[in-house]
Amino acid sequence: MKTDTHALQPASGEHAEHHAHGSRQSYLIGFGLSVILTAIPFWLVMTGVLDKQVTGLAITVLAAVQIVVHMVYFLHMNTRSESGWTMMALIFTIIMVVIGLTGTLWVMHHLNVNMMPGHDMSTMP
Amino acid sequence: MFDTSSLAKVIFGRLTLESLPLHEPIVVGTFVVVALGGIALLGAVTYFRLWGYLWREWFTTVDHKRIGIMYMILGIVMLLRGFADAIMMRLQQAIAFGGSEGYLNAHHYDQIFTAHGVIMIFFVAMPLVTGLMNYVVPLQIGARDVSFPFLNNFSFWMTVGGAVLVMISLFVGEFARTGWLAYPPLSNIGYSPDVGVDYYIWGLQVAGVGTTLSGINLICTIVKLRAPGMTMMRMPVFTWTSLCTNVLIVASFPVLTAVLALLSLDRYVGTNFFTNDFGGSPMMYVNLIWIWGHPEVYILVLPAFGIFSEVTSTFSGKRLFGYTSMVYATVVITILSYLVWLHHFFTMGSGASVNSFFGITTMIISIPTGAKMFNWLFTMYRGRIRFELPMMWTVAFMFTFVIGGMTGVLLAVPPADFVLHNSLFLVAHFHNVIIGGVVFGAFAGIAYWFPKAFGFRLDPFWGKLSFWFWVTGFYFAFMPLYVLGLMGVTRRLRVFDDPSLQIWFVIAGIGAFLIFLGIVSFLVQIAVSVLKREALKDVTGDPWNARTLEWATSSPPPAYNFAFTPVVHDNDAWWDMKRRGYRRPLTGFKPIHMPSNTGTGVILAALATAMGFGLIWYMWWLAAVSFIGLLAVAIGHTFNYHRDYHIPADEVVRVEDARTHLLAAGAKS
Repeated sequence: MKTDTHALQPASGEHAEHHAHGSRQSYLIGFGLSVILTAIPFWLVMTGVLDKQVTGLAITVLAAVQIVVHMVYFLHMNTRSESGWTMMALIFTIIMVVIGLTGTLWVMHHLNVNMMPGHDMSTMP
Repeated sequence: MFDTSSLAKVIFGRLTLESLPLHEPIVVGTFVVVALGGIALLGAVTYFRLWGYLWREWFTTVDHKRIGIMYMILGIVMLLRGFADAIMMRLQQAIAFGGSEGYLNAHHYDQIFTAHGVIMIFFVAMPLVTGLMNYVVPLQIGARDVSFPFLNNFSFWMTVGGAVLVMISLFVGEFARTGWLAYPPLSNIGYSPDVGVDYYIWGLQVAGVGTTLSGINLICTIVKLRAPGMTMMRMPVFTWTSLCTNVLIVASFPVLTAVLALLSLDRYVGTNFFTNDFGGSPMMYVNLIWIWGHPEVYILVLPAFGIFSEVTSTFSGKRLFGYTSMVYATVVITILSYLVWLHHFFTMGSGASVNSFFGITTMIISIPTGAKMFNWLFTMYRGRIRFELPMMWTVAFMFTFVIGGMTGVLLAVPPADFVLHNSLFLVAHFHNVIIGGVVFGAFAGIAYWFPKAFGFRLDPFWGKLSFWFWVTGFYFAFMPLYVLGLMGVTRRLRVFDDPSLQIWFVIAGIGAFLIFLGIVSFLVQIAVSVLKREALKDVTGDPWNARTLEWATSSPPPAYNFAFTPVVHDNDAWWDMKRRGYRRPLTGFKPIHMPSNTGTGVILAALATAMGFGLIWYMWWLAAVSFIGLLAVAIGHTFNYHRDYHIPADEVVRVEDARTHLLAAGAKS
């Protein structure tokens, strides 16, 4: 009965649990990718090769890609780590961010269309 | 060039003698009472030489149980402040008729309704809920403590820091006059140039750090520290709702932090995020703050649902009906609570498609809540119900919350909302769900877990008195507001023209007075219970014949919670252990690894509060010094290597033997 109801107390060195650590190579790859993904936006803005709107869009996309790079190479996230909890947390976060961003854009766009009749700023002198 | 006035400006910022509200006799009177009370309290602590004890055993503690108790004390103290605001408003509205201006001027009245909302949500409901989670969750999952015990202490003191800033605003300067969410453009620098909104911002930012960190801490605790055998679907429902609440906290509080940061940028450095002109959009603030604000509602009420689940099942002597559906309902509410925020501002004019989408999601979110209601009813069905105090609160909750839920669904219909928006109907609705849900839940939780925390029950007579005053007081106070709201009375009014409305406000005022008696009875209940603690003593550790793991250990639990980590085989783990003839192990104790107390949390929170005060009053030197101090202490703390110790096996043996003797003595008598 006793062994049944009570686990042995975990050894005091709970911190000794092994975690996924990257190799030097994976850190260098992550660093290299981050540098490239940071350099491109700077280059886009400083040279102005694309027009403003496309530049903004490109920076946003590159930022999102860089987030993924950081998560994979620096935070060592994959589908298996922490028995799937990090993946679950990531999916939840993405859902929340998408709801917040698309919802806000949708709501504010509607507000703008409905509450600003005849105030087309772009045609103003 | 450097005359005294500019020197004073450098030292005190915009704080001058005129900032003290000496022209408000009510505030001065309050200050005198608070000061005398404070001096008496500090004097008593000094006289009885309790400072050392308090500092070593409580302020610096990393024990989740003691931190939980301190959260509860904070919540109850702030309840007194928040309620004082409430009863002042009720009195003002009851007498300000027929040309009478009442007794509060507009400047003061506007601060009162703002402070009431802010305090009740952030410094009453949140501490009560967090306190219960902090106390109960580690015990329910068979853990020694939370995952990050020092962080827990730090979180608590940051919450206190925010509360302190809000309390200081009562006597030094003034509080915001903007309503509890401080909508711009009113809250922007052009219309609120004084310190009120800055107190609001920094009070919430300081407390928000604590709330977010405590959310991370509890998620980690629930995910990582469950007893062996306790799979996710074997967790007690209170732990489940706590998990979902903390997920909501971690996902939504950063939005509040960000939106308040943007508002501070508008106020401090002249950006135009939320101004009317220069491309700013005040509605963006409303949109963003409700992306936090709606989940916040569920942050408060989900743990209450968990409490009611535990109480219903315990006092009906039955396993909870529909455990799985209860869990899924909780998870669905967690997700859906992010899809309804716009129902707080249907009237802003975003058009039919947006409004109907959010109207429908709002109606959908009532479905899982309704499912929960049926689960509780079916748990009670054919149970041996014991109408002890926690169960009484639960029944009152079910009755009251259903009314609040129905008026909520009514408000979810956009056309109806256009009529009722910002009316007293809305005010009645959200008090109906917050008092009926969160406050009743907190009282049920306090009555239920008090014997666990202190080893003796609460006195039932005063408890029942408090219960009846609260419940009848609630109905007297808020049902008239529904009527007034339907007649078109808007919220936050100070004086009225139509004398036919007065009777309803008088009834509401009587209700508030009944609630006052309820609060007094609650305080008397605690005092009486402490005096009668020998008669109310419980040595078994399981006074309610309950079902979950926290009742497996002694009351109050030893610092290490469980001498041996229990192994879980069933949903109601402790019930299952009792059923299978569980016997406490009496030998084989080992030293137990525990975290050490540290004063760093108190120091960091004090520095953060000082920084907030400096920023509020433009005392830049104070803000800078305390910020540097904050960094220095935080970095210094990473070099603290005395983070843990072992409770020697002898000590564990001594504590467990003492309990064995108590249990034997209890069984004999």
